[in-house]
Amino acid sequence: MESFTPLSAALGGSLIGLAAAVLWLGNGRIAGISGIFGQLLPPAQTVVWRLVFLVALVATTFAAAKLFPGLGVGGDVAARLVKAPAALGLPTPVWLAIAGLLTGIGTKVGNGCTSGHGVCGLARLSLRSLVAVVVFFGVAIITVAVTGVV
Amino acid sequence: MASLKLPYLATAALSGSLFGAGLYVSQMVDPLKVLRFLDFGAIPSGGWDPSLAFVIGPAIIVMFIAVQLGKRRQAPLFDSSFHEPASTKIDTPLVAGAAMFGIGWGMAGICPGPAISLIAFLPDNLWIFLVAMFAGSFAGSFILPSSQRLVNVL
Repeated sequence: MESFTPLSAALGGSLIGLAAAVLWLGNGRIAGISGIFGQLLPPAQTVVWRLVFLVALVATTFAAAKLFPGLGVGGDVAARLVKAPAALGLPTPVWLAIAGLLTGIGTKVGNGCTSGHGVCGLARLSLRSLVAVVVFFGVAIITVAVTGVV
Repeated sequence: MASLKLPYLATAALSGSLFGAGLYVSQMVDPLKVLRFLDFGAIPSGGWDPSLAFVIGPAIIVMFIAVQLGKRRQAPLFDSSFHEPASTKIDTPLVAGAAMFGIGWGMAGICPGPAISLIAFLPDNLWIFLVAMFAGSFAGSFILPSSQRLVNVL
């Protein structure tokens, strides 16, 4: 199992937790990415800080990969997305469009994603977020098993 | 207005930077690694990658400490109040939305944070996923009850 990377995972997770902590104690905002970009379009609220956050996120991902290329994808390994499972007969762009659409609608209607419900909601001991996390993890695991996308 | 002042925007930039660094260091930016975590069917054969469980655990612990610190204060440093999520109801939109997101996440291995951070590397077909995700998010705002929709105030 050479792909198991618990140390870099825990370090990265701590940085994500710190990101959420800074935004909460500084600005009183939840660092949920679907919420941050989902309120950029009308009916929108407080656009400027959301753009600042997202630009900083992309720029630092880029910089981190340049500074520490040995960690993997984005560094010395090229990033790539999945291919559609051959058995289903869908072209990959269609597969990814459906996945993106479901991710966008689902996180808006369910009011959160892995960061908003998963990190911030569970840390706030929100029962609502716990239900969301159990559902989206469970459904994602079933989806991988059914589609054989890996 | 508080949200346009420099300390507020600097805090947003610092948080976004830490988030981006965390996504790269943890390798959440790799959709295939995310899918190898979600692939519980590979547990018997030893092909399962449990790494991502080690991402969310520490993230929750750090944020939990911050939430406890926040409870001792009336307000965050740079705004007049904490913006607690309004709803505490476990209702149909919550469960249906989470289920739809679960299908999308299982199909592509990309949740919203990594979707944005992957702009740094521009893998093939990323723009298709991003455009679809934004379109879905916009469409979803019309499904929500009007009380949950927000007004434009910059």
